[in-house]
Amino acid sequence: MTETSDHEHLHQYDPGHEHPLQADQDDSITYFKVMEAAVRNLLIEKKLITAEQIREKIEQMDARVPANGAKIIAKSWVDLEFKRKLLANPRKAIAEFGHDIGPLHLIVLENTEKVHNVVVCTLCSCYPRWILGLPPDWYKSREYRSRVVREPREVLQEFGTNISLDREVRVHDSTADMRYLVLPMRPKGSEGMTEDELVPLIGRDAMIGVTEVTV
Amino acid sequence: MERDFTARGNHDMGGLTAGEINKNEHDYALWEKRVDAIMMLLTNDLKIMTVDQLRKGIEALPPDAYDKMTYYERWISSITNGLVEAGVISTEELRSRMAKVSSEPLREKES
Amino acid sequence: MPQFTVGEKVRVLSQWPPSPPIHCRTPYYIRGCSGIIERYCGDFPNPEELAFGRVEPRNLSLYRVRFKQRDLWDSYQGGLSDMIDIEIYENWLEKI
Repeated sequence: MTETSDHEHLHQYDPGHEHPLQADQDDSITYFKVMEAAVRNLLIEKKLITAEQIREKIEQMDARVPANGAKIIAKSWVDLEFKRKLLANPRKAIAEFGHDIGPLHLIVLENTEKVHNVVVCTLCSCYPRWILGLPPDWYKSREYRSRVVREPREVLQEFGTNISLDREVRVHDSTADMRYLVLPMRPKGSEGMTEDELVPLIGRDAMIGVTEVTV
Repeated sequence: MERDFTARGNHDMGGLTAGEINKNEHDYALWEKRVDAIMMLLTNDLKIMTVDQLRKGIEALPPDAYDKMTYYERWISSITNGLVEAGVISTEELRSRMAKVSSEPLREKES
Repeated sequence: MPQFTVGEKVRVLSQWPPSPPIHCRTPYYIRGCSGIIERYCGDFPNPEELAFGRVEPRNLSLYRVRFKQRDLWDSYQGGLSDMIDIEIYENWLEKI
């Protein structure tokens, strides 16, 4: 989203604000950054939250990275019993990795020779953040959310992914309490690789379903 | 099947025509992560707000504002509305605190 | 208890709630469309009540419903077997 054209508009919401709004850099002041600071200060002053709690939440956020998902996928490629568990009871299977998804439910979508899965949240930005971290900007964009339900193959092509017409493309719109992790197909040429060697091959985008894993 | 596409919310965009996907990404700024952290504390820990209240507040933004604001700008706007709605903070407290924050050097806000 | 069973054919209600702040989780593009129950996901608090901060919202059964892409879009260009799965609460579904 571009911000350069936003200044005039956002000033409507804050007539008294005199600073020109800047592109999204941490050293600039914007109306909504001021709002965040004000709300945070008020909540701390009212003893509802502490600065320490905010720091802890951010640390937890920073610890959630796509590599966490990659480890789960790699294990399921080399350990068929784990894969069976991951598909049957994802909550229990990922608990072995120390991940807790709280009240939400995880569904693991297995890509096969017959089906390719891809995940979207058309209404907002639901994402398996407890495993993969915060979603990429494009996942939350109008373009992705609008188009992938209607022309998934064209969208996949923009990510360099071509799915043959005889293979089903299955889109999952994450509208409610389920979260989705795509289990990509193990790539050809990776037969001799160990679990640890497989992990770095598995990128975030393959676990959303817009790409496939390659060696 | 032919359907009427005129009565949908601005946030409810599945199936609409749109341009090429911009795959550029930005690293989340600290203030954005703080917005996220505040929301997690308000919902999971304090149960003052629900995720659906956050969504409702975002969906209630004028379409123009929704499209022009960044993701976490929409969040903090909705969180703030929710807190005022719940009586946790007053509009007067918000107004005076925002004025105070605006007058301070930036590094104090970043602390 | 869930009122629909896996494999059952259902239609998404074609109701158009007033504009926000009414909040619901049924995307516009799927309203009025017919699909098959793919699975029952469990019972969850009604988001339409949660959105207004109700303390004890009613639990609703949530399903994943599978739709044929070719049934949704007249000009769908992809494969015949392409599908879309969407989570939909029971208050938006009817038997057909």
